[in-house]
Amino acid sequence: MTEVTLSNVVKFYGKHKAVHGINLDIANGEFVVLVGPSGCGKSTTLRMIAGLEDISAGEISIGNRVVNDLPPRERNISMVFQNYALYPHMTVRENLGFSLKIASVSEKDIIIAVDAAAGILGLDQLMDRKPAELSGGQRQRVAMGRAIVRHPDVFLFDEPLSNLDAKLRSQMRVEIKKLHQKVGNTIIYVTHDQVEAMTLADRIVLMQDGHIVQVGTPLELFNEPLNTFVATFIGSPPMNLVDGVVVGTDRINLGDALTVPVPLSARGLVRDGQKIHFGFRADNLMPVGHAVQEEGEKVTLELTVSLTEPLGTETLLFTNVAGTEVQAKMLNPRPVRPGEVLTFDLMLDKCHIFDAASTNALRS
Amino acid sequence: MQMDNNLAHRNRTHRNRKHVLKVLHFTALFITMAIICIPGLWIVLNSFRPTVEIMAKPPVWNPTFTLEHYRAMFGGAGQGGVPVLSYFRNSLIVSVTSTAIAVLIGMSGGYAFARYRFKGKSSYFVGLMLFRAVPGVALSLPLFIVFARVGIIDTHFGLILAYVAMNVPFTIWLTDGFFRQIPKELHEAAEIDGCTRWQAFWKVEFPVAKSGVASAAIFAFLTSWNEFALASQLTRSVGSKTMPVGLLDFTAEFTINWGGMCALAVLMIIPALILTFLVQKHLISGLTFGGVKG
Repeated sequence: MTEVTLSNVVKFYGKHKAVHGINLDIANGEFVVLVGPSGCGKSTTLRMIAGLEDISAGEISIGNRVVNDLPPRERNISMVFQNYALYPHMTVRENLGFSLKIASVSEKDIIIAVDAAAGILGLDQLMDRKPAELSGGQRQRVAMGRAIVRHPDVFLFDEPLSNLDAKLRSQMRVEIKKLHQKVGNTIIYVTHDQVEAMTLADRIVLMQDGHIVQVGTPLELFNEPLNTFVATFIGSPPMNLVDGVVVGTDRINLGDALTVPVPLSARGLVRDGQKIHFGFRADNLMPVGHAVQEEGEKVTLELTVSLTEPLGTETLLFTNVAGTEVQAKMLNPRPVRPGEVLTFDLMLDKCHIFDAASTNALRS
Repeated sequence: MQMDNNLAHRNRTHRNRKHVLKVLHFTALFITMAIICIPGLWIVLNSFRPTVEIMAKPPVWNPTFTLEHYRAMFGGAGQGGVPVLSYFRNSLIVSVTSTAIAVLIGMSGGYAFARYRFKGKSSYFVGLMLFRAVPGVALSLPLFIVFARVGIIDTHFGLILAYVAMNVPFTIWLTDGFFRQIPKELHEAAEIDGCTRWQAFWKVEFPVAKSGVASAAIFAFLTSWNEFALASQLTRSVGSKTMPVGLLDFTAEFTINWGGMCALAVLMIIPALILTFLVQKHLISGLTFGGVKG
């Protein structure tokens, strides 16, 4: 039905190559999030799918139809823009019905379709207002309503929540997810916010410098990052990385006379003297007595806490492993003074080894 | 207690100073407005006064009201009449046509400058602005010669051509600014909603920029309507003379008919005034770009 396929899609701006031959298959009804730092080519990719940017090379197809040279109006897509792009001279009702009016749908059918969309998004009370009279969240909802009213094959979202304040953003996040569950269309969503990517996506496409770095479910990217970029981009707080050198085949020297065993997953993949980044998340370094009870190989460390960030159910502890500042997590928190020394358990099974030269993960 | 007195005193001086500033403010405003308005008022009042009173020394403080100048103006050639209706028609034809053409060309140009990238864009734009810097009168002699050779001197067409050339750069500059304020996402959204590029312009971008286009039109119209220097060179006969040129009919070798001139000037001001009032609503209409950003 409405799969979206990108094969070897390239975008040049003059001589600058913004997108380097992207390949991506998006299944019908899938919620795919393109995420990455600014300038990584995610918005350009989305705009190429929309037909707002020409494709320099490659092929894009929507529902088995190559759309490379079709104008946006013939692609049967709809798009929600970062700045909403509502038509300021039209009321909410006119905004919602605009696409149907252009398509010469009868007056009666427009009213039915618009009312249905308004019902889904709770816009009934706002129908006669102009966009200027709406709050940010309401405008966002109108923009979404305009997108759903004509039942497109694919929804495109271009950073739709970045103009909203934090509270509204998490509310709208939920609404977008509900909307997807209700209408079930294919959604391609661009954001630079990894939290949005994690919470919304069926599948995340992480991009950097015009390349796709890793594609996978949120948990795949979280648990099995392919390199240090993925490891530090996905997850909050970002993964701690400590430089180290492999000693023999089974131990890693992290400096300051601190050595830890090579985690099981990387055994046999490292060689003596190899420079590596030793990565672990805050959740895997917890003070004894304030940790999740887990089986598995542990390393016990005495560490000095330099700073705390209480978050309620947990507290982030800033400490220092072999000269590198790292973050640890404390469950059932008690007050901790800066300078206090605590005993931490580092869950070795959940640690990651990245080759320092290539930054790629070493994992069997 | 001492402190309280001190404070009350300071409060009072501050209040007084505010009051004085306000009075000064209004006085300055009054003087400025007087400088702007009195010549206009002088014209309107004098068009209703007998010629003797206009030039009387000392001034007559208690003027007589008369319509004699208006009557004479519309009267036959022998009674000091001038072909007002012809002049009015010429002015209207030339101004409306040149404005319409200038706005069409200017709007397309302004849109192109605001939306598209093309080679030599900025130098082209600077060139247009430089063209504005050349005083129109400086061109009157070459224009006269060229127009005379081509044979469009003393025609509506010639004058329209000159006014379009005069107005287009300014219209481009003005509409460019207005279109620039409209985020490009608006036409992108319209295109995704099913519009062609052309429809997106007429259904979305043009209505949003309407106030800008209206103000460009007003400026172009007033420029053409009021222009004297070029028109006095390029027109000769009743068939093409515009109203500002018509004013010269009231100057004879040794006399100037001030009253008649004022009466014609009043007739000239009225349409411009009406138009400005009509479009004014558009100029300051609260078309905000709220649909775009919070």
